[in-house]
Amino acid sequence: MNIPSRLLQLLMVVLMVGGASYLMMQSLPGDASWRIAAGRYGYDALDAAAAASVRAEMGMESSGGLSFLYWLGDILRLELGTSLISGEPVWNEIRHQLGNSLSLAGAALGLSLLIGPPLGLLAGLRAGGILDRCLLAVCSLLRAIPQFLLALVLILLLAVEMGVLPAAGHGEAQHFILPALTLALGLAAVSARLARDAMAAVTQTAFHDFARWKGLTTAQTFWRHGLRHVALPLVTYLGLQFVTLVEGVVVIESIFGWPGIGHALVHAIFSRDVPMVQGTALVLGVGFVVINLLVDLLGRQLDPRGVQ
Amino acid sequence: MQMFNSLSRFRWCHRGRFSGRPLATPFSAGSIKLGQLHFLHSWRQTLSSKASRWSWLAVMTMSAGLTPAVHAAEGEALSSRESAVRRLEIVAPFDIKGADPLLSGILFQRMQMVETLVDVDATGQLRPGLATEWSVSDDSLIWKFTLRSKVKFHDGSLLTAQAAVQALEIARAKPGLLKSVPVTDIVAQGDTLLIHLSEPFAALPAYLADYRQQILAPSAYDDSGTALAVIGTGPYRMMSMSPPLSLEVAAFADYWGEQPDIRRARYQAVSRAEGRALMAESGDADFTYSLDPASRQRLRDSPRVSLASAPTPRTLLLKVNANHAAFSSPDVRRALSLAIDRTAIAQVVLRYPEGASQLFPPMIEGWHNAALPALHQDVIKARESLEAAGWQVGEDGIRHKGDQRLAVSLITFSDRPELPLVATVLERQFHAIGIATRLDITNFSAIPSGHHDGSLELALFARNLALVPDPIGTLLSDYAGTAEAPGGDWGAMGWHDVDFTADLARMAREGHGASDDGRDPRGEASRVLQDALPVIPIAWYYQNLAISNRLESAQVDPWERSFGLSDLRWAP
Repeated sequence: MNIPSRLLQLLMVVLMVGGASYLMMQSLPGDASWRIAAGRYGYDALDAAAAASVRAEMGMESSGGLSFLYWLGDILRLELGTSLISGEPVWNEIRHQLGNSLSLAGAALGLSLLIGPPLGLLAGLRAGGILDRCLLAVCSLLRAIPQFLLALVLILLLAVEMGVLPAAGHGEAQHFILPALTLALGLAAVSARLARDAMAAVTQTAFHDFARWKGLTTAQTFWRHGLRHVALPLVTYLGLQFVTLVEGVVVIESIFGWPGIGHALVHAIFSRDVPMVQGTALVLGVGFVVINLLVDLLGRQLDPRGVQ
Repeated sequence: MQMFNSLSRFRWCHRGRFSGRPLATPFSAGSIKLGQLHFLHSWRQTLSSKASRWSWLAVMTMSAGLTPAVHAAEGEALSSRESAVRRLEIVAPFDIKGADPLLSGILFQRMQMVETLVDVDATGQLRPGLATEWSVSDDSLIWKFTLRSKVKFHDGSLLTAQAAVQALEIARAKPGLLKSVPVTDIVAQGDTLLIHLSEPFAALPAYLADYRQQILAPSAYDDSGTALAVIGTGPYRMMSMSPPLSLEVAAFADYWGEQPDIRRARYQAVSRAEGRALMAESGDADFTYSLDPASRQRLRDSPRVSLASAPTPRTLLLKVNANHAAFSSPDVRRALSLAIDRTAIAQVVLRYPEGASQLFPPMIEGWHNAALPALHQDVIKARESLEAAGWQVGEDGIRHKGDQRLAVSLITFSDRPELPLVATVLERQFHAIGIATRLDITNFSAIPSGHHDGSLELALFARNLALVPDPIGTLLSDYAGTAEAPGGDWGAMGWHDVDFTADLARMAREGHGASDDGRDPRGEASRVLQDALPVIPIAWYYQNLAISNRLESAQVDPWERSFGLSDLRWAP
């Protein structure tokens, strides 16, 4: 593992994400002071005086490329600035909202691992069997349904018709279940297929046949020789699922009223809250690098071949 | 199921009647894809007709250890102890931005955490709030407000005149309507508050009822005057606040008035209308604010909730740039108005009984002038007016005058999901009289900024006519202005009437008592707006709520100042 190159990669990500989000926010049409005033005061109270007070407060005329350099300087001191809308430090807001999103994403990922891979493994052991074919159909369907629709179906079914779960909201354990399940079903659809293919491939190998010939049971063969091989593509895929999750939480959070980072990012973009957008994008970018690093480390553990 | 039926009907109406174009589906709200709903509809019909088919799902979920706690108490009588710990769930679309009155003060007012010196009753009349009485000096330049005694803030400190002065001074330094009032000085004198004016201003008490003039404890503010905590005097105090989506309140034991029956409540912001409706339907929300038309149809049959509706002082209107070559003529503005089928828009898109016949809804007594001829649709007359103004139909079906083509842009926004739909309808109705309209669905700040840089041509929005309970406040900011800068950000543009402006100024100064000839000056102001049409009214708004059957004595506050928490009771 080349630590310096990873650190360099991290630094590049910080610079590129920060620079790209800054440039994108700057190039959006419309006067930023109007947008910020709109985000703060709402349409009933927005007028020229409100926009002028925002402009005066920020010294907007003097911004330009200089503010990006200031932002970089702040980053080096581990500061993300304060939100232009709420006036709170960006780091406080992100910590609060990222925590909510991560706990939801974690629950979804955990749930998807409980649903997807076990079913995939069972299907892979009997490739072409009934379970395999049914799973293919169900996975294709779940992958094809937009999460927005899946969420509505689940709310109608479990909250409105059966009344066993809250339809939306946040704060108690039971509020996790529906949004996490919605995300997990989409994730499980893919991880089940991956596990199935990997398992089916393992059953075709010589070492698998040899293990059976020497008298191991199916279960013994799986635990001793199959699991590690199947785990490798699944772990790699976990890193990719992080992207799917970030994309998913934006939609899911808005449907279930979940106070997470997706909701915050969308609102920050609408109201030109540049520090908030930069901070959020930065934290997500760094998170992506860290998760990939962990996935690589875990991959090395599972498959030590090639390590000197 | 009803929601789907009604939505599919709506799609038929929309396509068949108004337009062949697909619906504009903004991200923020109302963007259910109709095709998906059709699928969902038939799929759901199959399932629910054979309920036993999915009883397996119930068994599975139950065995996973999920108890239906949410509905356990439903229908059972509540002991007083239960009612003391039971929490009311309120769901509405408004995000919580921060503790400062300027950011989310209107929500703190609706949750009855904060109070103003002057309050408003259901009919729009001023009534005592934190001030028990007020009077004005003979020269009309000094207002005296007597404070209610023994009022405590939520931090235990007493409300003093000094604290009220500080809160008002802080509010006055920030953007807001109070800035336009000619206040020179606010001083505390014993238990009274003296407000000195540079010129008479009869509408002052109404301005003090605005949410931005809420009285917070001195300990709520930092050195710069930004409120960091909500320390008010209302019947509820803040327990916890987690911006942007939730806050929790509990009854304030030392409240000066009557103790409320509801002891705890939680507010949740849910931005999507269908999300709010589903929470009402599943019983997760006891009090659901701002329902969309489709959800209202659907909830009508729900056994868990009852629906309430009240007219509000908000009007859907079209802002017209009277500096535009075509719209400078009142006849052309009238032609625009004649092209609009208000009844269809109200009944099909908004599901309201009727469209607006004038700017002010009947609930705003005095300002609503029943004697005015109603705005109506007359396409033939509209075409004739345009012909008479020199706008001839060209080969492309659009009108021309010399080199100029009558093509304009219409700005609207999607924070209110009905606006893009109404804009689409208007586009078709204007096309029918030969005006090409390009829709621009954007951030709402484009409307006031377009007003200032002169680029705005038409804009569609919903305006609160009672920002302060006396509509004179909104009229002054939206329709008065000066000859150099006529109108206002959310009102007239390029239109100025010297007499009208003088009348408004006189009403603000002296009040709106009848003039010498016995006419109500408010009704006369409405007549001027109806004749000149600087803006074109389209529909009057209603506030729609779903209230759980676990509650009783719910009332809708038409002035949108309060959710009415303290008047609610748990049903026995």
